Amino acid sequence: MGSGGRLTGNRLQGVVGGRRGCNGAEELARAGACEVTGEWKSRSPVKTGLPLWMLGLGADLLWADMNRLLAFLFHQGVLDEQFLQLQQLQDETSPNFVSEVVNIYFHESEKLLRNLRGLLMEREFSDYKKMGIHLNQLMGSSSSIGAKRVTNVCLAFRAATEHNNRPGCLRALEMLEHEYCYLKNKLHELFQIEQQRALAAGVRYPVQNN
Amino acid sequence: MAPNENSATELTALVVDDDRQLRMIHQRMLNKVGVKNQAVENGKEAVQIHCSGQGFDLILMDKEMPLMNGIEATKELRSMGICSTIVGVSSHTKEKQIQEFMEAGLDDYLVKPLNLAKLRSILDKIM
Repeated sequence: MGSGGRLTGNRLQGVVGGRRGCNGAEELARAGACEVTGEWKSRSPVKTGLPLWMLGLGADLLWADMNRLLAFLFHQGVLDEQFLQLQQLQDETSPNFVSEVVNIYFHESEKLLRNLRGLLMEREFSDYKKMGIHLNQLMGSSSSIGAKRVTNVCLAFRAATEHNNRPGCLRALEMLEHEYCYLKNKLHELFQIEQQRALAAGVRYPVQNN
Repeated sequence: MAPNENSATELTALVVDDDRQLRMIHQRMLNKVGVKNQAVENGKEAVQIHCSGQGFDLILMDKEMPLMNGIEATKELRSMGICSTIVGVSSHTKEKQIQEFMEAGLDDYLVKPLNLAKLRSILDKIM
């Protein structure tokens, strides 16, 4: 899966599916597969042909990759400390807690984003209150996983609904779909590295059966 | 002192939220600090669980929910004589909206996201 975004200063110029500024709805539809090319590249190893005993080194490299990606996401404001809260809630009794919560977030958020787009595309749209309800829900869930940029765009979107500003809402929706797509890509990447690391760490200490 | 995960408490809590993700997070947080808890999906279920005879030391109440929202549920619980600590948890930040929720009978109000520090500060007041 592709990763990152081309950065100029603090601005992210997303290139989605090879086309700049593509339609937000299309972007959302391809959320599972959209590419946002950029400066950060994962060095996740695939088949290395390395002997088993050397795969332990892979686990350490993957751990470093994970931490670098996290640091990047924090630095870019994509995630905030609430994501660390989620990680604190994960332990041996609930080893996949973060990915389970985030997958629920993805599932529910995509429904909400479809609802928001559906409302705004209505010819005689006027139900800003309903849109506000969907936004509050998306804000609550986004802030609870530490999705800072998504939450901030929701805030701006909510302000537009409070002023019955349809063009403003449309712009905010485009931005929201873009930010959500980027977040989803990055978190998928993070979980992929985490899975590979767990696998490599497991292989590092093979069970001896005497 | 607020409980931690190494010391189970006798406190009990009810999470009232229509969002599955948030129920999961809030319940996990309560587990982490040793508070036994249950969750329901809306205000109506919160009232029903109390009608069935169950009681809780703490209720974390979302504001916007289908069937019965947090304001209606809080008013109903208070009219039933429920004296539990009810803490509103919502994304709303406007004073007027918070005030409306507080006037329904809340003991406190927290803006989402909830975290362990906020939760511990609430539990400190109960214990």
